[in-house]
Amino acid sequence: MRKTNPVRSGLLLLVVGGVIGYGIGLGLDLIMSGSLNFNGSVAAAFALLLAVTSFFFGIYGYRGITRGLVFQVVGTLLGALFITGIRALLGSKAIFGPFFFSEPAWVFGALVGDVSFVFGVGVMSDWVKWARGIDTPEHHEDEPGWGKYFGVSLDHKVIGIQYTVTALVLIAIGGSFAMIFRTELAQSQLQFLTTTFKLFNQTGPQFYNTLMSLHGIIMIISILLGVSGIMNYVVPLLVGAHDMAFPRLNAFAYWLAVPASVLLLMALVLGGFDTGWTGYPPLSARAPVGMQMFFLGVFTAGWSSILGSANVIATVIRMRAKGMSAMRLPIFVWASIATSIIALTATQLIGLSFQLVMFQRLFGMGFFDAAKGGNPVLFQHLFWFYSHPAVYVFVLPGLGVISELLPVFARKPLFGYRWIAMSSLGIALVGFTVWAHHMFTSGMNEYLRVPFMYSTLLVAVPTGVKFFSWVATLWGGKIETPTPMLFVLGAIIVFLLGGITGPPNAAIALDLHLHDTYWVVGHFHDTIFGGFVFPFFAAIYYWFPKATGRRMNEFWGKMHFWIMTPSFLVLTFGMMRVGLLGMRRRIADYDPALGFDTSHLVMTIAGFLIFFSVLIFFINLFYSIKHGEKAEGNIWNSRSPEWQVPSPMPVHNYDVPFVVVGEPYDYGLADSKYIEFSPNGSKHVEIPPVREAGKYH
Amino acid sequence: MRHFVIVGILVIITTVLTYFGLNAAGLMPVEASAQAVPIDWMWNLELISMSFLFALIGAPIMYSLVVFRRKKGDTTDAEHMEGNTRLEITWTVLPLFLVMAFAYLGAANLAETRRVDPDAMIVKVRGIQWSWSFEYPVVNGVSVISDELHLPKGKQVLLRMTSSDVIHSFWVPEFRVKQDLVPGRITELRVTPIREGNYKVRCAELCGTSHAYMEKPVVVSSKADFDTWMGEQVKIAEQAAATPEGHGQILVSANGCAACHSINGASGIGPTWFGLFGSQVELADGSVVTADEAYLTESIKAPQAKIVAGFETQLMPTYGFPDEDIADIVAYIKTLR
Repeated sequence: MRKTNPVRSGLLLLVVGGVIGYGIGLGLDLIMSGSLNFNGSVAAAFALLLAVTSFFFGIYGYRGITRGLVFQVVGTLLGALFITGIRALLGSKAIFGPFFFSEPAWVFGALVGDVSFVFGVGVMSDWVKWARGIDTPEHHEDEPGWGKYFGVSLDHKVIGIQYTVTALVLIAIGGSFAMIFRTELAQSQLQFLTTTFKLFNQTGPQFYNTLMSLHGIIMIISILLGVSGIMNYVVPLLVGAHDMAFPRLNAFAYWLAVPASVLLLMALVLGGFDTGWTGYPPLSARAPVGMQMFFLGVFTAGWSSILGSANVIATVIRMRAKGMSAMRLPIFVWASIATSIIALTATQLIGLSFQLVMFQRLFGMGFFDAAKGGNPVLFQHLFWFYSHPAVYVFVLPGLGVISELLPVFARKPLFGYRWIAMSSLGIALVGFTVWAHHMFTSGMNEYLRVPFMYSTLLVAVPTGVKFFSWVATLWGGKIETPTPMLFVLGAIIVFLLGGITGPPNAAIALDLHLHDTYWVVGHFHDTIFGGFVFPFFAAIYYWFPKATGRRMNEFWGKMHFWIMTPSFLVLTFGMMRVGLLGMRRRIADYDPALGFDTSHLVMTIAGFLIFFSVLIFFINLFYSIKHGEKAEGNIWNSRSPEWQVPSPMPVHNYDVPFVVVGEPYDYGLADSKYIEFSPNGSKHVEIPPVREAGKYH
Repeated sequence: MRHFVIVGILVIITTVLTYFGLNAAGLMPVEASAQAVPIDWMWNLELISMSFLFALIGAPIMYSLVVFRRKKGDTTDAEHMEGNTRLEITWTVLPLFLVMAFAYLGAANLAETRRVDPDAMIVKVRGIQWSWSFEYPVVNGVSVISDELHLPKGKQVLLRMTSSDVIHSFWVPEFRVKQDLVPGRITELRVTPIREGNYKVRCAELCGTSHAYMEKPVVVSSKADFDTWMGEQVKIAEQAAATPEGHGQILVSANGCAACHSINGASGIGPTWFGLFGSQVELADGSVVTADEAYLTESIKAPQAKIVAGFETQLMPTYGFPDEDIADIVAYIKTLR
């Protein structure tokens, strides 16, 4: 289409847009404050918005994501100007704020920008047409090549890849933030984030707090998107569906994640926020306007998660191939169901808790303000009611990937399939009853802590079932260790470390020592890396050939594994050790008298090695898309249905539908089959007949 | 069968090595409170169970990876083994009893750390961004307020804590126990120091810009040394209360002003007070004012009225001091030159 290299023009426009935006922001700031703030928030905010938008314009032209971003920028400005105008008319004293617009103007603008994005990107257009009585085709054909990934597609495979790539972009951003503050922590005292450091209206320690907080939430959102990515790509393939149950809702859920990511980056430049991703009031009621961008970003991403999980549940219930009874579902599908149940029913609570703080700030409603009769501890209950189950949203799909891949590479059936399937549901259900174990020191009712200790320890039972069953699956197998299997094994070991360091936190008195220390930081990085990050890499190495018809380089895949795993173990061991000895969480600096300098230097080096290994992964990924070794057949010798058709996967999945005729993991059973392709299969059977034109109104 | 025997031995060896290895790593600070004793007992129990579980899962996996790896050229599948219900029930039910036992022990352990001494000394604790203040029991009608926590060894202290602004958390790692300070309510913590020494209370709940520096000395000494210190403090408090600048200094220390405003010219979160009185102050809007009594009084009453250049992002809270207290604080600032 275009003669020039789109990536090159994208990068060129990124710089040009950034400079122009910076100039506009600088000018506006000069008019308002009378001084040139070269490292101020306003210049940075405009530079950020224009740079991102121009980048996609250079790559893709004015359509799809570019159009969405333009709408978001214009919507944000219009919304903010609207409120500013009203404030001017009402004669308000503070028409503008320290970040050019006042806080209410920024919030309303961001909200309008959010909504404008989904209209701009075009994901609403079919629904708008239906509302106006215009018919649209059931399927839209995607353009060939890479272009379809930058615009609205209804194909679950395209959406799955969109989710995954967005997750990887966020992992890169969140990881880079971690590298900045990890560098600052290498030595005690402040080295470069000092009190005289000034960026985006923040001093060094404030900027540290912002980076630390954003590292947390950006990684969490990226995990949610990664989970959606794997589920979107894999679940319909595993159950034999031609797409998700609601393709338009699916696309809508994905496209919410993009403005959400933009909002989180806006939080960085608009003064940041210093509360950590937990956003506890009263601190969050006092933070700069970046706090509100964070709230709105999480709120939007939360919608994405809720709608996406509803879609997964509907797809599994309604669109399974003939013969795929509950106990013949691929195990990853069970994990997806369990995770979706949590995401569908708990996410509302984090949205609600953040919304209440938002209203406290905007309208002076004292929900959590003790001076107005509010209760700060109530926030923590609401927040953790989602945010604890959320960790199971992260890890259950990861554990599903482990259970799905283990039999393939051990060449043995999954040991105790039913028990593993039920343990996912068990974890999901028990996970709803444990939230207050994050609050043992909070000042909540002292005796209520005891039942939460019991329920928390109960989680160990279904988790143990998984571990024992994995061990038994490996036992007596014929184990191969290509890259995906290495990551599966790494996941089991790292998650084991995360798992066994959990129960000490549940013992209330002991937790009074462990709470809010680096011990906890080490513990949850182990659970999240073992439960999500390692399996996510395993899943990418494993299903990459299915998506591209090529495989990623084995040597560099193994390098990635062998650099990352030992570094990661050193990092988390170090974290847990200094935590026990008195290192608090979330501090920009630590007392030199504690003698942690050497430990922190080692941790920082380990952190950089992890960063370096993930860089290898990224290069391998992009290089292999075009230049990887061809892999069009069943390269893992798997029984799973998606590997019985050639790679890359055909556009509408299975041209001939399949019927389930056996157990999914009967490796080693002669002449057994999981599926059989047959024209009498269930393709499209569960889809209601195509609607007739004119029936929509 | 041979495999099971070998793995059994490996599990035992790994458990023992892990446990002793972790113990040798010195993972806990010194035990300086009576509450730390049961907590460390529980930690040891957890350490044993962690070592065992790590060995129980880790050893068979490592063993499998060595013994059950695919031989070169072998393309066949492994033996078809779908599961074993009896085994699954065993490793569901046994852990169930085990975790319930641990939960029971955890509850008993908690009760142990909460033993009440009715004669406990009561110290009122206030957390302020980013400092601590400790108000001791009244002696001879004088109440001593300090930003250091001094405690006599062997006597239980009941900390009655609250916060002036955001949530803080009281933690002395050597005492183990931790408790949040919540604005608008009083939370309690009981500590019985059993080991003399100098420690630090470190705020464990993220509380904003200078959270990392919200640390103050904790001194545990013999009863006699504690009484001597207390006597000195009472004398200082009595003398200080007699002069305006002395009273101002007490207020400054009790409210943690020095957490942001240095008194020796060092840079900080807020402008230094050293040599401030009478100097020319450049404001954020470019104008210059003289730091006289009126300016200082206004800046304490309404901190955002005149913002000093370079401190635009720092929002000082309003403390609501009565006028006579503000006059005393200004009198104290005058002495800093």
